[in-house]
Formats: sequence, structure tokens, C-alpha cells
Amino acid sequence: MIRIPCPFCGTRDHSEFTYGGDASITYPALDAPKEEWHDAVFLRDNICGPQLETWHHVHGCRMWLVIERDTMTHEIMSVRPANPKLSALFEDNSEADQ
Amino acid sequence: MTARRLDHGGRINRAHPLSFTFDGNTFRGYKGDTLASALMANNETVLGRSFKYHRPRGIMSAGVEESGAIVTVGRDASREPNVKAPMQELYEGLSAEGQNAWPNVRFDLGAINGLFSRFFAAGFYYKTFMGLPPFEWGHGTRLWMLYEKLIRKAAGMGSASREPDPDCYDHVHAFCDVLVVGSGPAGLTAALTAAEAGRDVILVEQDFELGGDTLSDPSREIERAQLVDALAKAGVRIMPRTTAFGLYDHGTAGLLERVTDHVADPADQLPRQRFWTVRSDATILATGALERSIAFDNNDRPGVMTAAAARSYLNRFGVLPGQKIVIATNNDSVHHTAVALASAGADVTLADIRKHGASDLPADIELREGVAPLKVHGRSGVEAVAFASASGNNWSAAGQTDCDLLLVSGGWSPVVNLSSHRGAKPAWNAELACFLPGLTNEPIYHAGSAAGIWEYEACKASGEWAATAALGEATAPPQPGGWSTPIKPLYEVRLPEAKTKAFVDFQHDVTGDDVRLAQQEGFVSVEHLKRYTTLGMATDQGKMGNVIGLALMADALGKDIPDAGTTRFRPPYTPVSIGALAGRNVGHHFKPLRRTPLHDWNLKHGATMTEAGPWHRPWYFAKTGEVIDEAYVREASTVRKTVGICDVSSLGKIAVQGPDAAEFLNRVYSNGFAKLPIGKARYGIMLRDDGFVMDDGTTWRLGETEFLMTTTTTNAGKVMVFMEELLQTRWPDLKVHVSSVSDEWAAVSVAGPKARATIAACLAEGEYISNEALPFMGVRKITLANGIPGLIARISFSGELAYELYVPAGHGAAMMDLLWPEAERQGGCLYGLEALGTLRIEKGHVTGAELDGRVTIDDAGLGKMASTKKPFIGSALRQRPDLLRHDRPQLVGIFPKNPGQTFKGGAILCADGEVSGFGEGWITGVTHSPMFGHWIGIGFISGGHTAWAGKTVIASDLTRSEDVEVEIVSPHMYDPEGVKMHG
Ligand SMILES: [Zn+2]
Repeated sequence: MIRIPCPFCGTRDHSEFTYGGDASITYPALDAPKEEWHDAVFLRDNICGPQLETWHHVHGCRMWLVIERDTMTHEIMSVRPANPKLSALFEDNSEADQ
Repeated sequence: MTARRLDHGGRINRAHPLSFTFDGNTFRGYKGDTLASALMANNETVLGRSFKYHRPRGIMSAGVEESGAIVTVGRDASREPNVKAPMQELYEGLSAEGQNAWPNVRFDLGAINGLFSRFFAAGFYYKTFMGLPPFEWGHGTRLWMLYEKLIRKAAGMGSASREPDPDCYDHVHAFCDVLVVGSGPAGLTAALTAAEAGRDVILVEQDFELGGDTLSDPSREIERAQLVDALAKAGVRIMPRTTAFGLYDHGTAGLLERVTDHVADPADQLPRQRFWTVRSDATILATGALERSIAFDNNDRPGVMTAAAARSYLNRFGVLPGQKIVIATNNDSVHHTAVALASAGADVTLADIRKHGASDLPADIELREGVAPLKVHGRSGVEAVAFASASGNNWSAAGQTDCDLLLVSGGWSPVVNLSSHRGAKPAWNAELACFLPGLTNEPIYHAGSAAGIWEYEACKASGEWAATAALGEATAPPQPGGWSTPIKPLYEVRLPEAKTKAFVDFQHDVTGDDVRLAQQEGFVSVEHLKRYTTLGMATDQGKMGNVIGLALMADALGKDIPDAGTTRFRPPYTPVSIGALAGRNVGHHFKPLRRTPLHDWNLKHGATMTEAGPWHRPWYFAKTGEVIDEAYVREASTVRKTVGICDVSSLGKIAVQGPDAAEFLNRVYSNGFAKLPIGKARYGIMLRDDGFVMDDGTTWRLGETEFLMTTTTTNAGKVMVFMEELLQTRWPDLKVHVSSVSDEWAAVSVAGPKARATIAACLAEGEYISNEALPFMGVRKITLANGIPGLIARISFSGELAYELYVPAGHGAAMMDLLWPEAERQGGCLYGLEALGTLRIEKGHVTGAELDGRVTIDDAGLGKMASTKKPFIGSALRQRPDLLRHDRPQLVGIFPKNPGQTFKGGAILCADGEVSGFGEGWITGVTHSPMFGHWIGIGFISGGHTAWAGKTVIASDLTRSEDVEVEIVSPHMYDPEGVKMHG
């Protein structure tokens, strides 16, 4: 069982979360050609080591998070809100803390 | 073996006698005994029969590594098989039985297997039965499955009760700074050091007393008691009878606490066991070491046990396990044992494979140096032991000695299981002849003999070191070792070319010959060896024998032990009952149950409920004497003739709010929502990214920036999660907020020609729902006659004139009390899911049964709804060529050729005369249609209904019923123009 430090709720068991998917994907515009969508939806690397992934704190704050996790060791290197605006706010705050 | 209880000594309470039974005979023990020590005190030696050969087996250890005295405890529904007798605390009235023997362990007919033992060598099962004629894998496999059943019966383990488990189990969660596993000198010191530094400490001990090895050492008792006392004062949470069975990611540990397994008459409120999930910042493993055996002929006879076990039975339980004792060793650890046994009155011979030259043993202990046990004589007990001495690479016979007990110490294996769970690979230490814990970056620290530290004071020091390390103060770990004369590695003793029964894995009857045979047959990887011979795969997981097996494997391969490799340990360290895993999540609590706000009202009005996912929903409302088939047909026809009311509260409801709400919905739904006027509802279909249908439902525009989305009952959660993902990850610029309001509303559908009249009579003065005031797909806020505010939408799932009425959940029953008498006056009825199904199948409306994740919007016959003017989620990938093929299965209606015939949901649809494979399509729902007067169905078939017009199709249900001839029709079977719902 892995434990995830949610930026909003603190460290919680993974049973409170659901796994989303590959967080390194930038989804194409809705009107992008189907080939681009094909690549975004179906092509995935099978990473052994650190990978970016999305998790949803579904039984918590319901925020989507971007987590850098090592698929070999389950070590979690970083967690940030998936919403880039919120993520930027967190970074501003952590800089202010220093 | 002639064991007896001494009249003094040990930690048992002689003032507190207990009686218990084994195989029906009554015996006496004392409080503080284990089942094993009490049986030994009564000189019961044969306690079980072995797995394959049914050889007699007795007590081999005094702990968790036991692989001989494995018994069944308890009666009837509470029977627990495969209990290790040394781990079972004795209680008044305990009832135990030997296992794997018929009629009993002393006279076992299954022992005849031993005469055919050469047939049971490694891989025997696979070779013999898989290869039986006709030598084909398919047939051979079937035969194997048949034979396997017979073999399992003959070579079984204990059998569990077939009755439901009468006990209950709890799940408990806990947090701490430092988790200490094991309460020997290292564990006690570690826990005390951490606690005195102000840390929150949990100390776990699988035994019922704290102290580990010191429990068998009376000279340490005062110090042990002081340490335990200090722990309690320091606020350590002490958990005896608790096994840390697994370590998991991020400092999580799984513990099993045995709450009442030692209690004769447990209090009702107590669970039998508790399953703990503990999260700790640091973990200290003071798990000790287990003494190994040595492989030699008949090393499994009752009366052969580990040397440490004898010390424990003598010093802890006051039982002298034998009178004439031979101790065979290759290391220093047996010294105390020999002395203690001799001073308790036994006649002791110490056979040490090492040659010391000088001995500091008392004169009454006979020392034989340079010899090792070669063979045990005696069938169901030890009568004599033959020795061998090593000459070069071979062994030669070196006389024999009469004895009734043979104690063996083949070295010590630190318990590295828990850190191995974390992927720390144990490292072979040739000097100490054992695996030491592997390296890990996690805050896991080993202390005491778990780290290969053998001496008492050094163990305590290492406990202190581990605690300091766990507090974050890194210092160099203490060095392992501590014996004055080095251990001489010794794994097997046999004369050249001798045929022996020298066991490596006692519980699974794996011998040294089996290991060599496996190697000869090409199993050179230790993981393959393990599976082929089943070495280490019994309930003891090879705690006594794995290292020997590995050493013999390495020898056969001509490699060193570290090059042969070791297998990775996996949880659980000791077995965990299924009941503990399940906890309270059994019976009604197996899954969550959801009730609608109208639940009680429905029950009061005669609803029979059914499960729809987690929901309980009304299935039908039977009148007196009616069965389900009569009830739903009546309900469906009443809706078509007058009016019916159906609880639809379980539908998902999501508030979509914000300045960009319309734009958001326009992207999510495949059809247009940007221009939906205020006060209007629209049916929408949303797709997944990959172009398949995700869900459908109506969305109501309540204001410029406010929408209420409804989803299917099943997909409410999924749709909500997806919309949150879109808003947070892909479209953070959209000013939209979504929130689930499913539980806020009680909702009913009022359907039928009299629906308007029924509702109109229940409205507050001045509220109108005429066709002009509330046209088809109109939505309005409304107040009921009793003042309840709500929403009304003119939406039809049944194809009739119909409305959905929403009121705040708490007012649901009051709304029904208003509506229902009026509906009754109109000749109406309450209807449930079954009639709802009838009405929607007649109309060809899709539900989750059709939208199963493999269906495109075109397959569902709704392709025309998808906008061509705007892009939306799934719009790109629904254009993939294969999804546009015209011969894809498409939604159709199904009529029987002979109107008298019925057919079933789940049947496959095949062309006439071609019933095979997956067929051309399938049936997703069937019902008796009161409008048509016969059974109808809905489903999918290649090319849709036009491709099959006029052709006979077979509905084939291979497992339940006969083939039925059907014809394929348009899915819009009833009122295809929709005249009625617009009326
Ligand atoms: Zn959270």
C-alpha cells in the first residue's frame, strides 16, 4: 500500500485515491486530427523508474494530482495539483516560505 | 522419546491446571503451556502425518518454524486447520486433532504411500498424470485435474470447516513513530530507547509473553522483567499475540492480532482476531533467528528437534523432552542447552562436527568431536542415532549411540523475511553460514540475531543502535557474529550412493534426493527448483529447510550459495486467515448499500426491492396474489393506459455551474448544448476520448450559468470524476464548478396519459403545467400544494406523456403522499424497475445494458444526434474507420417468430442454420410486452435491422434453453413517431 502526500489533505492511504493515467500526455485540441488523438489516447511508454502520473483524491478533496512516482520502488518524488494555476500558487507559497 | 514434566522450573503456573483433548483423549497441562509443551509433557510424540508419505511426525521446534506438529484446533464451524502446536496457547477445554491421517496419527492407512515413495519424487505428479495417454496436453490436463482431486485427498493438509465462520474479525488502523517487531533483548532495548527519546512506539510480539529467547533463560529473568516494566512506564504500546506478517510501501505494516484464540470462553463483543494496518516512520526488525536442521536419513522422526526447542521446553515449560539425549551441532549455540539438560537429569552426548581439542563442558556430558548424525533408527520415535565422520569429501560410518531424543543445530538463519518483503535482497555471509538482511534505503533497521548478532549483550547493544538509527542519528551498525569457535557449514550427511530419506522441507516431504533430481532434470534456477519440488511452499514457507535446499542446489550446480541465489520472501510471514482479511466486510457489509429517499415509502406501499449496483430499488409492486410476471405487465399497461409513478432518485445528478457551464457541456456532450434555452432540458450523449459512448441522460438549464445534469444510476460516479478531470487537467481556464447533488433530491417519474392531470391536482395555486406552460422538454421550478418547492421537467423515458418531479430529499415522502392518492384516483399505479424495463424496451431506449463500453453512438442508432458543427470529447476518435463500418452490430428490436415463444437476455443471435462462435449479435434485454401481447427483446446485430429484414434469425442460448426463431425489427417498436410523449 502506498501513501500519497496530498497537497490539500496531507499524507493519506492510496485507497482514498484512484489512479488516473499518464500525466505527461498533453491532450490535443478537440478539433485536432484523429491521428493526434490516437497517439494521445493509445500510445503509452511502459516505464520502469520515475514516471509522471495523475491520481484523483476521490475520497478526499477530489482534486486531481500529478505525482512523480518510481514504478520500481513506489517512491514518490513529487506531488502537485494537476490544475496548473493551483500548482503555480503552491510553488509561489513554497518560495515564500523559504 | 520419554518426555516428562519436571516438578519445578519453567514459567508455567502449576497452580492453574488445564485439561484439553488431543484426538479425543483428555490430557492435563498448565496455564502458560503451549499445546506442544503440554503434549510433550504427556509424552505424546506422534502428532501428525506427513504430506506425501504419511510418515509419523512430532514436535520439531518450539516456535513459528514448526513443520511437524501441525494440528487442527477447535470443533465444528470453528475448526482451524494447520495450527502449529508450539504457537497455540493452551486453554481449558482446547480440543485438537492430528492431521493427514486416517483413522488416526498412530495407525494411518495412508502410510502405505511411504512404500511407494520413489513414485512421489520431485515432479512426480506432473510427470505421471500430465503424461497419461492419449499424450495430448488437452486430454492430459483434463485427466490431471481428475487425478489431482484424488491425490489431494490422499495427500491432504488439515481440512477446514465447510460451515460459515461463526467468528467476527476487526480491521484496525494505527500510526506510530517507530514500530518494533520482536521482543527479545534487542527488541525490548530498541523499543525502550525509542520511547525514552519521546517517540510513539508500538512493540509487536507474536508470542503471548515478551522476551523472545530470554523466556528460555532463567538467569536473565530479572532483567527481562525490569525491561518489560520500563517499557510500559515509557508508554510503549505493547501488542503480544500479534504477528507482523508483512511490510509494505511507505512504512506500512500488516499485523495480525490473535485476540481470543487462547481463550476458552471469549466475551461476545470481542473479535477473534484483529487485522492491523500500521503506518510508522521507522521500523525496527528484531525478529530473531531460526535454528536450522541438517539433512540425514530419517531426520524427520518424532524425537528429532532443534536444540533451541529442547532448551525452551525445559526452561520455559518445565518439560524434560528426553532422558538419553544426543545433541548434534556445528556451532556454539548448543552449549547452554547441553548444560541445562544435563543438570536437569538427562544423559547428554554432544556430537560436534568441529574439532576443538579442548572442552569446557561439565564432565557428565560426553563429547564426540568430528562426527555428525548419519541416520536415526526407530520408526515412530528415536531409538538410536548412527554417526558419520567426514573424510575428505566423503562421509564414513562412525558408530552409533542409543538415545531417545536427538537435538540438531545446523546453524541459525536470521529472520530476514520482512525486509525481503520490501525487496531488500538477503546477502549470504559465508563466515556465519547464513543470509543476513539486505540493504534498503527505507527506514528499516535490523537488530539482534535478525542481524546475525548472536550474544545477549551484543543483541541489546544492537537494539539501542537500531533505535538511534530510527531516530535519524546515523552511526555504523554493529558487527554480526559472536561465537568463539566459527560455525562449520553442514547441510547434509550421507554415505556415498546411499538411498536415504533425508528431509529438507518437512512439511512438504521434500528430500535432498528430490533437490538433486530436479537439478538433473534441468531445473537450475532456484525459483524453478522451488516450484518443481514445492520446497518451501507449505504453510511454514520453509523456515527450517530453505537454506539447506539452497545449499544442496548450489552443491549440485557446483556453485557457491550466493551464486545459486535465494528466493524472495513474500507476505504473509505466517498464515493469515481469510476471515481477518475480510474483517467486517462480509454479508450485508460486503459492499455498500444505497437507499433512495423514498425507500421506506416504497416498502410501505408494497415494493419488492432489487439490487441495482449498490442501490436498492423497487422491482415491482405486487397486488395481493400477484407474482412478478403479472405485476410488471399490469404496471406497464397501467402506465400506457392511465398513469404510473416510479422512484428515479438513484439517477446521478450533477450541478454544473459557472459562466462557462454552457461551453463546458457543449464540449462534453456529443450534441449541442451551447444554445439550450433557460427552462429547457435536452437529452445528451457523452463519449469517451476513444469515441465510444460513456453515458447518457438529460441536462436541464435552470439559469444562464446553472445546469442540472442527470446521468445513469451506474455511471454517476464515473461521469463526475471525468468532468473533474477535464476541468482540472485539460481545461483549467473554464470557469465551471461541478458538484454531485445526487443525494439532494428525491425524484419520481410520473408517466402516462393521466400524468398531467395527476400532477396538476397536486400543485400549489397558480402553478400550471399545461402544454403551453410546460411544453415537451420544458423545465420549471414549481411548488406543490403542500408548499414543497421542487423542479419539474417534462421528460419521457417510457414514451408516454411524462414528467420528472424533483423535491429536496427530506420532502420525498411528503411528495409521494400527495401524488399517490391522486394517481390512484386516476386509476394509476406505482411501478418498479421491471415495468420500467418493459416500457423502455418497447420504445427502444438504451440503458447500461446496451451502453456497455463497446458501443458507439452510431451502434446505438443515435449517430444523427452527434453534432457535425462542433468538436467534442470523442469526436476525433469516433471517426476511426472500424467504428464507421456499416456491418458493426447495431441496436435492433427482436420479436419471436412464434408469438407464443419466449427467449432470454444474453442469448446470441445467429443466422439461420449457422449457430456457432459468437454469432452475429446478442440480446441485451427481454420483456413480455403488454402492447404487443408477446415477448420482445432489444439487442445488437451486425448491420442493424435493415440488413436482416425478412430473414429468420436464431436466438441461441447454449447453456439455459433451446434455440428460438426470431425476427429482427426496428428498435423503436412502440409509437415510433413519439406522438404520445409530445401530446
Ligand atoms: Zn486531498
